[in-house]
Amino acid sequence: MSVLATVKTVIDTEGTARHNLLPVLTSLRSKLGSLSPEILKNVSQIMDIPMAHVYGTATFYSFLETKPMGKNVIRLCRTISCDMHGKRDVLNALEDVLAVKNGETTTDGLFTLTETNCLGHCHEGPVMLVNDEVFSSLKPENIPAIIDEIRKKR
Amino acid sequence: MKKIKIQIDNREVEVDEGTTILKAAEKLNIHIPTLCHHEDLCIAGNCRVCVVEVEGANLLSASCATPVMEGMKIHTNSMKVRNTRRTILDMLLSEHAGECTSCTRSGNCELQTLAGYYASPDNALLDISIKSKPDTSSPSITKDDSKCIRCQRCVRTCEEIQKVGALSMSGKGEHAKVSTFFELPLNTVICTNCGQCVTRCPTGALVERSYIDEVWDALSNPDVHTVVQTAPAVRVGLGEALGHDPGGRFTGKMVSALRNLGFDAVFDTNFTADLTIIEEGSELLARLTNVLTGDKSAQLPMFTSCSPGWIKFIEHRWPHLLGHLSTCKSPQQMFGPLAKTRYPEATGVNPQKICSISIMPCTAKKFEADRPEMRASGFKDVDYVLTTRELAKMIKQAGIDFDALEESECDSMLGKHTGAAVIFGATGGVMEAAIRTVYELVTGRQVPFENLNITPVRGMEGIREATLKIEGTVEKYRFLEGVEVKVAIAHGLINADKLMEAVNGGNAPWHFIEVMACPGGCLSGGGQPIPTSPDIRAARANAIYEEDASLLLRKSHENPEITKLYEEFLVDGPLGHTSHHLLHTHYTPRP
Repeated sequence: MSVLATVKTVIDTEGTARHNLLPVLTSLRSKLGSLSPEILKNVSQIMDIPMAHVYGTATFYSFLETKPMGKNVIRLCRTISCDMHGKRDVLNALEDVLAVKNGETTTDGLFTLTETNCLGHCHEGPVMLVNDEVFSSLKPENIPAIIDEIRKKR
Repeated sequence: MKKIKIQIDNREVEVDEGTTILKAAEKLNIHIPTLCHHEDLCIAGNCRVCVVEVEGANLLSASCATPVMEGMKIHTNSMKVRNTRRTILDMLLSEHAGECTSCTRSGNCELQTLAGYYASPDNALLDISIKSKPDTSSPSITKDDSKCIRCQRCVRTCEEIQKVGALSMSGKGEHAKVSTFFELPLNTVICTNCGQCVTRCPTGALVERSYIDEVWDALSNPDVHTVVQTAPAVRVGLGEALGHDPGGRFTGKMVSALRNLGFDAVFDTNFTADLTIIEEGSELLARLTNVLTGDKSAQLPMFTSCSPGWIKFIEHRWPHLLGHLSTCKSPQQMFGPLAKTRYPEATGVNPQKICSISIMPCTAKKFEADRPEMRASGFKDVDYVLTTRELAKMIKQAGIDFDALEESECDSMLGKHTGAAVIFGATGGVMEAAIRTVYELVTGRQVPFENLNITPVRGMEGIREATLKIEGTVEKYRFLEGVEVKVAIAHGLINADKLMEAVNGGNAPWHFIEVMACPGGCLSGGGQPIPTSPDIRAARANAIYEEDASLLLRKSHENPEITKLYEEFLVDGPLGHTSHHLLHTHYTPRP
């Protein structure tokens, strides 16, 4: 299905009123990956919301990326509890295994490594989210196995 | 309406239910400082500068966003309020890469003024401002995020007044900023260049793109022959930028100032406003004739085409309605080619050496002059466009004592004008000028309004309508006998959009629609002195109508220089071959 057709289908389902913008963008993010200019332009036209406003809404939410992302998005919690439990070593391990820096995407497009605010698992930090799955009580030495597992799955 | 009694700074006041503390304080002549608040816009309540102390409340309240409640005791100048205001200003300044001394808005910056009143004397907080590169892609507007305080007046203006929405907030927290779609350059997005954001920006984050240096270069070059035109609204705005109250008229002094600045020929856009009426009036009659005689291709209603912000808006938003736009160029762009064809032909000046400069109340005119179609003379028809504000700045730079200037008149040939041209500066003015001429052409009599004042088309209502029954037609226009000509006027693009919805839906009873992009018309254009408010616009409109009433000739077709122009130069008459080549244009869909 083309981008335009997908956008149309999603808006048909969610509704064209302005307050439907967030569910529309959330749904498109999961169906089409990161929200490209083409996607947002189509949303703007069909819902008759100015393009800049659609972009503004998308950029307000961390999980509605507007920049190209890898197939799997790793979000490592950057807040204080995880930090105190060794988040930096975990980040180093992730950077080593994936051969990217924080904020970058692997050359094969499989992974994007990024940080996020609190995921609410402070009692079992450090914690990270890979797509929709939570990985808690992380240790640097476990990282290669976790990444291998995800590689195999997808 | 229910009345509410409150106390502000120990003084009683009674106001309507729903009034904000800010407005209630105004009633007592207590001035509470504001930044994000603007009379023309919805409440935002984000800058917090207007905080006040309400007895019994733990937190301070934003007075712009808090409605009064019975028995409230409010303090606008307590120690707590003063300390908080200072902290707020200090924080705004810590993020503001000011360049205060050289900023375009220095001396007219709301942040600078409030900082002077309230901020700590020694920059109390760390400087965490980010100096970003300004977006200079647009020929009209420069956007400099490092000066932005994120009050969102521009965002609200673009959406609420213009229905354009070229700007929005993106990101959040410390990364929040005013952005275009994907932060693309301004010249590539839907921006109409109207500059209404510029006249509402409290700082120098949005300013006009300045061409003052280029114009000084031309004025200083002995090989360049400078020709200048000034739009009708400039003369009722210029005074404000030079220290006068709104509503003053400075036509004569402005002309003298332009001569003192060194312009070789000082002409008037009003002359081509009169010319526009002849061409556009003829076009309207031609379209009416075609429709009434069964020509299906003629499109009515016809829309005026003087406002370049409006033109870009319709090109973006209603491209399939472009056929309704009059093909007449705006007065600025009618003047341009005449200054490089008619003027050199009559005077022997080499057209290659002419630099044509216009002074406009408008930022979109800068874009208009740059349009590729605007080279009918074989050169760029208008070389540089300056705003009213830029002219005021040049007058200051040159050390001219404006108030002491003698009054003088424009040079002849492209300088004489009628009152009909003057009122082009106000919403409804183009319509009124057109009706004065068209009615007389068709009936041989003056419009049936006292003193030529067609009051139904005047005023500040966003959309106005009027009907004029045509009776007693002359032979040539007998087919119009008894026809009720219906017109509509819109100012502010959100109102224009409503008319377009009607036209698009086939529910438009009108024959002729005037649109000016800016609220109030050109008199409150994006290039006019800052600030703007309903009162200021009313004062400027008043000045425009006074100027019209003060003139002997008040109908475009009575301008003797226009008659001469058709006799000597545009010899095949209105809508003729030469007119078509020099004075008419086409439009570009921008989906």
